Amino acid sequence: MGLFYHIGRYFLLLKKVFAKPEKHSVYYKETLKEIQKLGINSMGIVAIISLFMGAVITIQTAYNTENPLLPTYLIGLGARDSILLEFSSTIVALILAGKIGSNIASEIGTMRVTEQIDALEIMGVNSASFLILPKIVASVVFAPFLTLLSMFIGIAGGWLAGTAAGVVTTENYVYGIQYAFNPFYITYSVIKIVVFAFLITTISAYHGYNSFGGSLEVGRSSTKAVVHSSIFILLFNLILTQLLLS
Amino acid sequence: MIEVKNISKSFDQVSVLKNVSILFEQGKTNLIIGQSGSGKTVLLKSIVGLHDVDEGKIFFDDTVFNELNFKDKKEMRKQIGMLFQGGALFDSSTVEENVIYPLEMFTNLSPSDKRERANECLKRVNIINVNNLYPSEISGGMQKRVAIARAIALNPRYLFCDEPNSGLDPRTAIVIDNLIKEITEEYNMTTIVNTHDMNSVMEIGDKVVFIYKGEKWWEGTKDDIFDTENEELNSFIFASKLSQKIRDLKNS
Repeated sequence: MGLFYHIGRYFLLLKKVFAKPEKHSVYYKETLKEIQKLGINSMGIVAIISLFMGAVITIQTAYNTENPLLPTYLIGLGARDSILLEFSSTIVALILAGKIGSNIASEIGTMRVTEQIDALEIMGVNSASFLILPKIVASVVFAPFLTLLSMFIGIAGGWLAGTAAGVVTTENYVYGIQYAFNPFYITYSVIKIVVFAFLITTISAYHGYNSFGGSLEVGRSSTKAVVHSSIFILLFNLILTQLLLS
Repeated sequence: MIEVKNISKSFDQVSVLKNVSILFEQGKTNLIIGQSGSGKTVLLKSIVGLHDVDEGKIFFDDTVFNELNFKDKKEMRKQIGMLFQGGALFDSSTVEENVIYPLEMFTNLSPSDKRERANECLKRVNIINVNNLYPSEISGGMQKRVAIARAIALNPRYLFCDEPNSGLDPRTAIVIDNLIKEITEEYNMTTIVNTHDMNSVMEIGDKVVFIYKGEKWWEGTKDDIFDTENEELNSFIFASKLSQKIRDLKNS
């Protein structure tokens, strides 16, 4: 019963969010601010994690293909497919759920408990739309760039680690990442991250917007935002994989 | 003028407002007083439309505010200014940006005109040289004054203040009270102030309404509040040792 209650309220909130903006110029400025806050400020963490994950994936692939019958370019191929298909979309989304999900929920939750949202409503502003829509647009627009960045740095990290550890040569690694390349993998990954970005932003905003009480409640909302976003990312990962790759 | 007629409001079967009817006059500071939990904040939030009432009508001059559709209500809200208990300034915006915000949202003024109007409002509430500071960088009293400046930026016809003196020292509280009264008279607004501060009653109580257990228990002016025989109101007014001492001195 509780689940249906929350789903109902979530869609009612979305209805409010996608109402016609009061003033497009203000929303445009807010969207640019959110791109900076949610997107550009996440580039560092995505880059660091991608670099190390790419390196680890390459070394693990090398370890699992230690067989004279298997060509070493398979290390590059395996690393590429893991990064493109799963890591740069799903794992990056889970990282973003922790970083921007908690940020969104705590920001909106604090605004709720300190009556800043009431102040917006009193002025005649659609607070849900004003606060949430720019965040959705910013994250949905910018998340594909984060995924592409993650792909590039992950593959580069794999090459660095593979050659430094002596498990693969540059030639074989480059040959492996080009071998039987299917461009649809990138499209698939971008589609997934767009859906995940939408889920992270809206679920986190829902929890923040419905915070009541004090700082403790805001903290709880923030935790719920991360947990629920992560669960829905995994669920939609399964659904989208089935729909797009089967 | 704002008039509430027979309004009632419940939360989860708990009746918070019971058949309340009050007339708040234009150009005057109308005070709602009462103990914590008496229902005065619910009354104020119901009047401004943050809570939907279960029964009754709320008139803003000739308009029945609580029966307006979403679009008209939104339009009407542009004539409402509100000062919240904690100020409710936007943390991520500077003092000036906070005051400019309603102008940005609802006017087509040029950037320089918006800035000029914001500075005019800030000057009116005696806030100078802090335009570029954030709310967390100024004192509680200044935050309240900035919130008043933001509330009057669009020249509202109605001003609502929810416990404007909470968390302020007595001297700053008087400054805020007088500012509210001056602005009310200057802009000829209908102002409703929610408070449990008896100093505010004495300073600016053109009209005072006492809410007790969700009902209107008493109404009058600051001049006749001390002569009332109303038992609950007397126990509210003379709750502190200081006020009891003053009463005893007066009686002796």
